[in-house]
Amino acid sequence: MMHKWGMVIDLDRCSGCQACMAACHAENNIAIVGPEEAAKGRTIHWIELLPYIEGEFPHIKARLLPRPCMHCEHPACIKVCPVGATYANEEGIVGIIHSRCIGCRYCTTACPYTVRSFNWYEPRWPKEMKGSLNRDVSVRKKGVVEKCSFCHHRLLRAREKARAENRELLPDDYIPACVQACPSQAMYFGDLNDPFSKVSELSRERRAFKLLEDLGTEPKVIYLSEGM
Amino acid sequence: MDPKRMSLEEDAILLQPIQRTGKAFYVTLFSLLAVILWAAWAYMYQYRNGLGVTGLARPIFWGVYITNFVFFIGISHAGTLISAILRLAKAEWRRSITRSAEVITVLVLFFGVGNILMDLGRPDRMLNILQYPHFKSPLLWDVSSITVYLTASSIYLYLPLIPDIAILRDHGGKYQWLYRILALGWKGTEKQHHLLERGISIMAILVIPIAVSVHTVVSFVFAMTIQPMWHTAIFGPYFVAGAIFSGIAALIVAMNLIRKVYHLEDYLRPVHFNNLGVLLLVMTLLWFYFTFTEYLTTYYGGEPIHMTIFWNKFTGRFAPYFWGMFLFCFVIPLPILSFQKTRTPYGTLIASISVIIGMWLERYVIVVPTLTHPRLPNETVLYSPTWVEWSVFAGCVSFFILLYMTFTKLFPIVSIWEVQEGREKSMAEVQERIKTYLPGIGVE
Repeated sequence: MMHKWGMVIDLDRCSGCQACMAACHAENNIAIVGPEEAAKGRTIHWIELLPYIEGEFPHIKARLLPRPCMHCEHPACIKVCPVGATYANEEGIVGIIHSRCIGCRYCTTACPYTVRSFNWYEPRWPKEMKGSLNRDVSVRKKGVVEKCSFCHHRLLRAREKARAENRELLPDDYIPACVQACPSQAMYFGDLNDPFSKVSELSRERRAFKLLEDLGTEPKVIYLSEGM
Repeated sequence: MDPKRMSLEEDAILLQPIQRTGKAFYVTLFSLLAVILWAAWAYMYQYRNGLGVTGLARPIFWGVYITNFVFFIGISHAGTLISAILRLAKAEWRRSITRSAEVITVLVLFFGVGNILMDLGRPDRMLNILQYPHFKSPLLWDVSSITVYLTASSIYLYLPLIPDIAILRDHGGKYQWLYRILALGWKGTEKQHHLLERGISIMAILVIPIAVSVHTVVSFVFAMTIQPMWHTAIFGPYFVAGAIFSGIAALIVAMNLIRKVYHLEDYLRPVHFNNLGVLLLVMTLLWFYFTFTEYLTTYYGGEPIHMTIFWNKFTGRFAPYFWGMFLFCFVIPLPILSFQKTRTPYGTLIASISVIIGMWLERYVIVVPTLTHPRLPNETVLYSPTWVEWSVFAGCVSFFILLYMTFTKLFPIVSIWEVQEGREKSMAEVQERIKTYLPGIGVE
């Protein structure tokens, strides 16, 4: 059976520390745009914390919601790409061929979760950081779209390792950087097709929900709601 | 003097723009060139640095360029569609206006396409659209239908131009070699005329569904996504109606300019402006109908995600744009166009300029507010276009005017042979036609 990679985020456990964001930036060579451009809305995040207000006065709560790419089963972004630069692989991970992207930003407008970012300028890093780029992840050029890949390069690496050691891929072999970095262990990752995997079990919990579920996009990121 | 030259005496004024070029032309030409060069420089600046030099950001990924794309493609519906419909309806008053309309279509299409290309983050990879076409994308539908449209409307412009090119060829003057090639050996024989009329009728019928498809497909770029206030079936007809609306307005402005500059008051008469004014009035009301329907449906449904955008347009941040659109598209043109007294060349000019501004605002109000308020909570980002975007816009408009002007210097902007044909043949033809409508005049 083919794997179907998915993520579970337990909002009860999330402390909003943003370690996932930091880990993601380092892992995926995400460009640093600086405060001025950030104020204009030009930051690039593959995962970010969405602040939102829940409930109505006087019973309101400020919440934070970590949002990676949902890797939808029926992604709006793939349909609209005029050059087929965004695609879903056989395991359901939605990827981008950066070298093919023409930068029309149709996918960024079509995605109901607004998870996609655009490289408004040529990416730049402070001098000190240049040596610490991750060699497993390609650096994106100016004018293309990018987004979370579920750290797909880690899957490739884990597969290679398992093959070299002549064994099956184990559940813990492949974990995205954000999940690994989460200090409160609010994030889980694994195979949704395996009914006994941790993510499968959690996804069947009463607290489980998906973002904008009624759109029919069928996200593979599942949230566990807070305070129940 | 040969007989051909004699026969042209009445319409000699139509060849004057081609034969004589005054100082005013060069002054306009160089001012337009200055704006175009400035815009080219602005675009090069964007090309080198990236789209960061525009006001765009996340989540407002589309702005003035996409607005311009829809706007220019809309203007292009002036020509072909109006001219084709008038031709098929055998509206005799069309004869002196069809050419000026058809030229708008062909020329302005380049700027519609150009804006989408300038909006690309990687214009160097635009040929990927041919190399890796993905036909599920509405943008590919656009590429296909606009290509067909450009081809068809170019042929449709060219066919009725052939006899006039032959006149230019036989008249001597500049660019003989060009006219000789383009005239395709036109001699004006019976058989040639027959073939030409056939060709024109076929193209006139063909371009109508193509033109409708083009703007429908442009609307699909938005309507096929599930974004709030975009995902609606009304967008297809709404965009087509809006396109014809702005197209007629552009035609009236162009005709006013041609009339003044080339002293063609005799050819572009008040009656032409009156008739086009009536058409524009119909489109004004149709525009109101579509706008009303669209917003009432949203309001009555009251879904929060749509209402956020609805209120932002009605009372919020985009209210100046929204009500500006309403003012320019409806409040100003409606009274001017409603009365015959004000449906003069000057009156329709005012109404048309207003409509053109209003329709640009309409496209802006469609593109930007929806993107400013995505479904999920987002940082509040305000889009305001930068000097680069405005410069490119100004450059596009100037370049279009320049090309249009150049056309009038190479070819007659009023179809000479069609006007002649109107004088010589249609009087009798129309009389015959009327006889067939009525009982008791002796025609079976």
